Amino acid sequence: MAGAVGVAGVRAVARIGARPDGRGGTALPTLESQGPLAVRRTRASGSEAKVMLVGAMSGPLGGDHFTVTADVADGASLHVGSAAATIALPGQAKGEARYDVRLSVGEDGELRWLPEQLISANGSELYLTTRVALAPGARLTLREEQVLGRANEEPGRLTSRLTVLLDGRPLLDQELSSGPGAPGGWDGPAVLAGHRALGQLLVVRPEFARQPVEPRLLGPYAALTPLAGPGALVTALAPDALHLRRTLDEALRSLG
Amino acid sequence: MHLDHHHSHDGAAAVSADAHRPDGRRRALRIGLGGPVGSGKTATVAALCRALRDELALAVVTNDIYTREDAEFLLREAVLPPERITAVETGACPHTAIRDDISANLEAVEDLEDEVGPLDLILVESGGDNLTATFSKGLVDAQIFVIDVAGGDDIPRKGGPGVTTADLLVVNKTDLAPHVGSDLGRMAADAKAQRAELPVVFQSLRAEDGDGVKDVVAWVREQLTAWAA
Amino acid sequence: MSRAALLVLADGRFPAGGHAHSGGAEAAVKAGRITGAGSLEEFCRGRLHTTGLVSASLAAGAALGLDPVELDGAADARTPSPALRVAARKLGRQLMRAARATWPSPELDALAQEFPKGAHQPVVLGLAARAAGLGAEDAAYCAVYESVSGPASATVRLLSLDPFDATGVLARLTPELDRVARQAVEAARCAVGGGVAALPAASAPLLEIGAEAHAAWAVRLFAS
Repeated sequence: MAGAVGVAGVRAVARIGARPDGRGGTALPTLESQGPLAVRRTRASGSEAKVMLVGAMSGPLGGDHFTVTADVADGASLHVGSAAATIALPGQAKGEARYDVRLSVGEDGELRWLPEQLISANGSELYLTTRVALAPGARLTLREEQVLGRANEEPGRLTSRLTVLLDGRPLLDQELSSGPGAPGGWDGPAVLAGHRALGQLLVVRPEFARQPVEPRLLGPYAALTPLAGPGALVTALAPDALHLRRTLDEALRSLG
Repeated sequence: MHLDHHHSHDGAAAVSADAHRPDGRRRALRIGLGGPVGSGKTATVAALCRALRDELALAVVTNDIYTREDAEFLLREAVLPPERITAVETGACPHTAIRDDISANLEAVEDLEDEVGPLDLILVESGGDNLTATFSKGLVDAQIFVIDVAGGDDIPRKGGPGVTTADLLVVNKTDLAPHVGSDLGRMAADAKAQRAELPVVFQSLRAEDGDGVKDVVAWVREQLTAWAA
Repeated sequence: MSRAALLVLADGRFPAGGHAHSGGAEAAVKAGRITGAGSLEEFCRGRLHTTGLVSASLAAGAALGLDPVELDGAADARTPSPALRVAARKLGRQLMRAARATWPSPELDALAQEFPKGAHQPVVLGLAARAAGLGAEDAAYCAVYESVSGPASATVRLLSLDPFDATGVLARLTPELDRVARQAVEAARCAVGGGVAALPAASAPLLEIGAEAHAAWAVRLFAS
């Protein structure tokens, strides 16, 4: 199945739907791939179904518009990873590429959204939006990592917005713009100070409402903070993807 | 005393000097202690707390230059339970926090009354600053200016708003006078010239019986009596 | 409406507690990220386009009459650092006191009742502007200016920076202040129909991380 190709670039949508299979596991009644975006079921573990995003690494190119949706029904448990990093590249078509991620998790459902890095290659222009709708009692682990430029190149233009609603109310809303043409000061002492890898790890668990995590520094360029709701966020900057991943992994382990 | 500030916009605590709490009860008397660095403000606060804590509901707000040093001294000395001592952060300008922009101090005194009140007396200590630092009448009902003999016996002669207008001038560390060559008689005469009828207390807190602060205690009691009247 | 009311509200001497906060400059100075006028300017520019834009849009939204409780929730979601949320509410409470004493208003009273320990400062700022008879653009201007004037005056104290250099930084940023204020008001107008989710959410990771580091220091000059 090919994505729609036009002068404006490729439009592609991938959908994942997860619900309890009635035997203690999670079924995947929806698993749709399109064009360069492919989703594949991999080995499940326990009650959790596991899906890999594959093929997205060749894009998005300028003008492309990719959308990935994952809906986790009440009581279901889904893990989504990706086979490799996604690279935003300049394309033939003019204009920015868009990548929209739309996630929802029902009551007592759990989503672990742990894709590989997004790399903003020189000359690319990407607007990435991630919107998550959580029902009361939903659990979420979401990792977002950005690498600004491949080795020894200037980064592309990247704007990324992460919006998380819990029971319809905003829990976290963060946008970051980087690269040529981004609003002033993005690489300066208040924002990134020259770091080329940045990431967020968001963990939402109902029990954090009763017992929020203690705020904690994770080195000079990373912090674990309790949100104004049942969430904990790691904000981290690093010189490269490897160091960034190490910080986020350690933080996740520390949350148990 | 500045009891003539009876604003009432809507009954809520919008205005600083209002003598009543939102629930209509009379708020605590607030006394400010200011003066130069090292003159013995914190020691005087500690001595006042020890002398008065058994008979009065007391709390202290400190305004440090570097955050919490004075508050931590009082905590170490255990002059009051920790929940009765609050430190206000002043952005390196303690005189601003007690005079020009008193909002943080007002939150601190109101929070103390909310959390550990009802209180009879709140002592608001300024960070060690200079001779011109005085408290806003929106923050305190009366103020004490603390200087010491080792800072030079010409301080009363030089005057300045603190020395001249404080409701009480305390000349501290009188025991050091012979060692630093300060002339207490001259200080008293100069203070009288600057302050006319306003009271002056000479004290040493090194007295064996721990009662060196008794004159200041007596003055504070007078203020409380007037406040409760 | 009196235009001069804007000067009263925007005056750094308006007694609303700002003098004790460095806007992240103290942490950045200690970390060696602000060392002089040049890095101060880049710091202020980054803060302007992130925190400044978000604050200005919240303030403009409040001035336009958006629900302050919803705006406060939007501010929470845009402030992952608990140290910054605490600072924003402290400053909101202090501004509330000053604003109610200066421009008594039932809207301010209602918000004070809803948030006795303080709403986020930009929300209070927008309502204070409304109470003073000012508009959304005025509120946005106050917020963008505060976002850079705070760190600039703090850096004068922290580094003994030449005050003329610090003022020069602010003057050079003014065209960008205009732009960000306009952007904030446009976003706030969109939010009138489209909900507060439409407001900007520009974030500055080092301001968040630095605020957490700063909050853990035993000795510091500024409250944030």
